[in-house]
Amino acid sequence: MTLDERYINGLVLIGLLALPLWALATDEPFTITLVTRAVILALAAVGLNLILGIGGMVSFGHAVFFGIGGYAMGILAYHAQTYTALDLGFFETDGTNSMPVIWLVAMIMSAIVAFFIGLLSLRTSGVYFIMITLAFGQMFFYFAISWAQYGGEDGLSIYVRNGFPGLNTLVPIQFFGICFALLCIVLFLFSRLQSSPFGLALNAARQTNARVETVGLNPMHLKLLAFVISGAITGLAGALFADLNRFVSPTMFSWQLSGELIVLIIIGGVGRLMGPVIGACVFVALEHFLGELTEFWHVYLGIILLCIVLFGRGGLIGLLTGKEGAHV
Amino acid sequence: MSSILIIEQILNGLQFGVMLFLMAAGLTLIFGVMGLINLAHGSLYMVGAFAAAAVAGVTGSFFLGLIAALAAAALAGAIIEMVVIRRLYDAAHLDQVLATFALILIFSEGTRWIFGSFPLFLNIPEALSGPVSLPGGIEYPLYRLTLILIGMAVAGGLWLLIERTRIGIQIRAGENDREMIAALGVDISKLYTLVFALGAALAGLAGALVGAIQSVQVGMGEPVLILAFVVIVIGGIGSIRGAFIGALLVGLTDTLGGVFLPELFKLFMDTGAAQKSGSAIASMGIYILMGLVLIWRPTGLFGARA
Repeated sequence: MTLDERYINGLVLIGLLALPLWALATDEPFTITLVTRAVILALAAVGLNLILGIGGMVSFGHAVFFGIGGYAMGILAYHAQTYTALDLGFFETDGTNSMPVIWLVAMIMSAIVAFFIGLLSLRTSGVYFIMITLAFGQMFFYFAISWAQYGGEDGLSIYVRNGFPGLNTLVPIQFFGICFALLCIVLFLFSRLQSSPFGLALNAARQTNARVETVGLNPMHLKLLAFVISGAITGLAGALFADLNRFVSPTMFSWQLSGELIVLIIIGGVGRLMGPVIGACVFVALEHFLGELTEFWHVYLGIILLCIVLFGRGGLIGLLTGKEGAHV
Repeated sequence: MSSILIIEQILNGLQFGVMLFLMAAGLTLIFGVMGLINLAHGSLYMVGAFAAAAVAGVTGSFFLGLIAALAAAALAGAIIEMVVIRRLYDAAHLDQVLATFALILIFSEGTRWIFGSFPLFLNIPEALSGPVSLPGGIEYPLYRLTLILIGMAVAGGLWLLIERTRIGIQIRAGENDREMIAALGVDISKLYTLVFALGAALAGLAGALVGAIQSVQVGMGEPVLILAFVVIVIGGIGSIRGAFIGALLVGLTDTLGGVFLPELFKLFMDTGAAQKSGSAIASMGIYILMGLVLIWRPTGLFGARA
């Protein structure tokens, strides 16, 4: 039996909205938090899917942007919380508690860093690209550890969740609503981007650089722009993730997190609109239920992953729709 | 800053470098011959260290522990090659990354399952403990000096193996054209298993040797794995010579940077700030080195020209 991908996408979004509402009705706030976690991880992975799925760039260092988003939130909220000034040399601020401002800073900072990392890493391709992005991830990880001003290895705790005008973000369902709305906006943008001339050219650049050059486009520029957009989206997710936990630490930069973001996409289906979303839901569910069964749930996760790679090309969506590739 | 201290730090850097070489040599060989990116190489390092610590703990002999490390890592390598890796040679890099990432999860948690979360300890053998006097009045730990010598010896042996033996000829031929050497009657899948087991054994050896100066614990392999990646990116993927030069560069940069950058910064900063920013920059030193090498040569120092 195979299903149309559009129906699956719709069902997933409805399910993702219905589950927390049901949890609200039955008074299970922890479930809401769990779904919020899945939504935020999905958002980060949608960012990665843009370059991995459409552009074919296997970035093993996307935790960099997740971490930058997290630290953007952590640093701004820390200064607001302690009433200390953040002096940037040319500009002085007291920090902020406002989510929209934090999101903007997280996205801009991630985009700037993505520009420079992309500029360097995109000189290479294939395995070199994988290893270089991994190495950049480690570089930021060690920098965060040695950054004593903002907690170093211990990280930063933020006591009150940042605010959004008109909402009480400490109520789990309201914070979920914010994250879900952002995910929907980004998914909409992703689908528009995918079928735009830019998305089509990027898709072509994944297949053959030479053909893209022949029609007069610069594949390097296309890839760099995609890398920057991708970094900004993952940075936004990082800021939300930090707000969910009210805690930032160098583990947000860890290479395991970069690996997990790739895993999310592969579970769901590479290059599919909802691939990362399905992947994130499955991942968080596995983490929760297997984690209750055994402390060593990573062993089972590993075995499941191996089976997906060896036998199930195309991820879950590929399995359900009966189409292996996303680019048909 | 005395010259003795400088020489000591250079020796430390060399020791770190040659151990990185043991890791990087296997990685680069596996990539060069099979075109495979193996994230699970760090797990083989961990397997070696655990095997050595367990056997040395029971028998009391460090030497038996080393043999156990080589055997366990080579065996683990051969098994994963035959069960999993073999199916990935023609797969996309993304699939290789993911499958070997899955192997890391399985190895790490499996080891935690068997040995628990507490680190094991592997003692330096009696005969190699204590300092040794070098010319110029330098006292240096004998064990670390031995590590440098072992690393150099392995590098030499590997060079002989690849340049001067029949197996080496087959390995080099396999890098160039795998169909052709299969057509000439070389059992290519046996050769691949052999190369993989050889790389695994080198990683296991490094794990056991380093395990005696650090603690043996789950997750010890991944930081070294990532450094080994930096090494082979600098040296050029697939090149053993590049791995050797790259490993020494990374070892020296990391060790000397950590010691001398804060000192350097003290010349134009106050002590506290110099200590902080010096060590922050030093922790990123090797990545900056990698960036510079790549700007100059995108395929590494000894990599094939694209």
